[in-house]
Amino acid sequence: MNAGETGIVQFDNVGLRYGSDGEVLSDVSFTLYPGRFYFLTGASGAGKTSLLRLLYLAQRPSRGGISMFGEDVITLPHRKLPQFRRRIGTVFQDFRLVPHLSAFDNVALPLRISGMGEEAVKKPVDDMLRWVGLDHRADARPETLSGGEQQRCAIARAVIARPEVLVADEPTGNVDPEMALKLLRLFESLNRLGTTVVVATHDVHLIRKVPESLIMRLDKGRLSDPTGALRYPPKSEAPRG
Amino acid sequence: MSGTSLQLRSRRLGGETSRILPQGRLSGPMPWVIAIMTALTVIAVAAGLTLSNLAGNAQDEIAGGVTVQVVEADPAERNRQAETALAILNNREDVAQVRRVPDAELAELIEPWLGDARVDDEAVPTPALIDARVRGAVTAERLDAIRAALASSAPAARVDAQASWLAPVFQAVSSLQYLALGLVLLLAATSAAAVWLSARSALGSNRETIEVVHHLGGTDSQIAGIFQRAIFWDAVAGGVAGLLLGLAAIILLGRQFAGLGAGLVAGGGLGVTDWAIIGAVPVLGVVLALVTSRVTVLSALMRIL
Repeated sequence: MNAGETGIVQFDNVGLRYGSDGEVLSDVSFTLYPGRFYFLTGASGAGKTSLLRLLYLAQRPSRGGISMFGEDVITLPHRKLPQFRRRIGTVFQDFRLVPHLSAFDNVALPLRISGMGEEAVKKPVDDMLRWVGLDHRADARPETLSGGEQQRCAIARAVIARPEVLVADEPTGNVDPEMALKLLRLFESLNRLGTTVVVATHDVHLIRKVPESLIMRLDKGRLSDPTGALRYPPKSEAPRG
Repeated sequence: MSGTSLQLRSRRLGGETSRILPQGRLSGPMPWVIAIMTALTVIAVAAGLTLSNLAGNAQDEIAGGVTVQVVEADPAERNRQAETALAILNNREDVAQVRRVPDAELAELIEPWLGDARVDDEAVPTPALIDARVRGAVTAERLDAIRAALASSAPAARVDAQASWLAPVFQAVSSLQYLALGLVLLLAATSAAAVWLSARSALGSNRETIEVVHHLGGTDSQIAGIFQRAIFWDAVAGGVAGLLLGLAAIILLGRQFAGLGAGLVAGGGLGVTDWAIIGAVPVLGVVLALVTSRVTVLSALMRIL
């Protein structure tokens, strides 16, 4: 990582609390650089999902600053949020597939939202469904898909529009090891194409399979930086770049 | 892809995605509510237009009308004064038409009150009536001039403007017109409130899906468009059903009033423009529903990040 490289996402002393409870995230500061692969780890309740919610712009922090793609997203007007969200792909822990749409239409949703015509949608969606092994379930509604199939459908939806940042919350939690590896390879492929990937996971084996990844560890809402590469300015050179 | 150069495309969601919200759960009783509201509005509008026509026709009919009554107990003297008044009025330049109401017609007019008593029956003396139509408006000055002209030759003559008799009726008709207008406005407000409630309810029950669309970069306008399309078909179905129901009621009431054969009521018939206005009611209802649903959804989405 070059010291002069511009971060794609920057958190500066971010704190987050829900209502009048204590902070679930405290003094979180880090910078994510384009094209890197990050794992976010930590025990249950450490604040991983809250941090991801801030990353995919579902939540504004209680304090601190966040900039994405060179713009301050804290003060960003409501009407400008969609154009930022379209640059972020999100895999939700609970999948959040639209129940009344087929697997095909769920995966096609980001493309249609971004204004792609119906004729242009079919091929990339078919390809993506084939990639995640759901081509034979294209017409199935989410309720008829197994947990693993729903997860693959959610991942396909998150990556179909080639986002600049991919945020995934426990994306391999419901799939067998073989499929987990396959999905990880999909993330790596995207990463090689320039997408910054942030994967929240408990799975140490998964982390080991991406040796060049950077690790963020959350402990009771505070971020530690075991690879030393997250600090701003960076403390050390990143493994890739 | 640079952040500032990225153009936000907010094309409406098409294909299967337009059914992102389940139509059945979204609409519920909405088409029926809109149908009832439209039917009531159609009836209220038709009533208002009928009253307007009725008042207009009646006013045209009696505009410039002056009635001269010769109230004299002696039939011969009454007849003399009536003929004298008729001659004086005929010679006046400001009187366009004048006629003495024939005894037979007079008898027909008073028949409902006096039975088959004859006009010349001395037991029930009735005044002689002269119906005159003056040029221009019937002002107090003009009435005074006519009274002065008749005072010496026909002292038993009483001169009145026809409009003054019917002034209370016109006031009542005017009040009913305002009542009809008020009803239309109330029904419009109630329809808008029903759509508002329905949209709020649909927003609540589909909140998770809406959040997903938001997180995938869907704009408020796209989400509002989904609701608008769902409400549109509800409003169209309800509007058509309501229009048919309202028309059936109007035609039924029209036939019943036509059967009365009363002059004033018959004057309230609806014209082509009136039917066009009535036909526009469901169209306006659809527009109202679309605007209400859009405003409701957009204002609610503004509060969701």
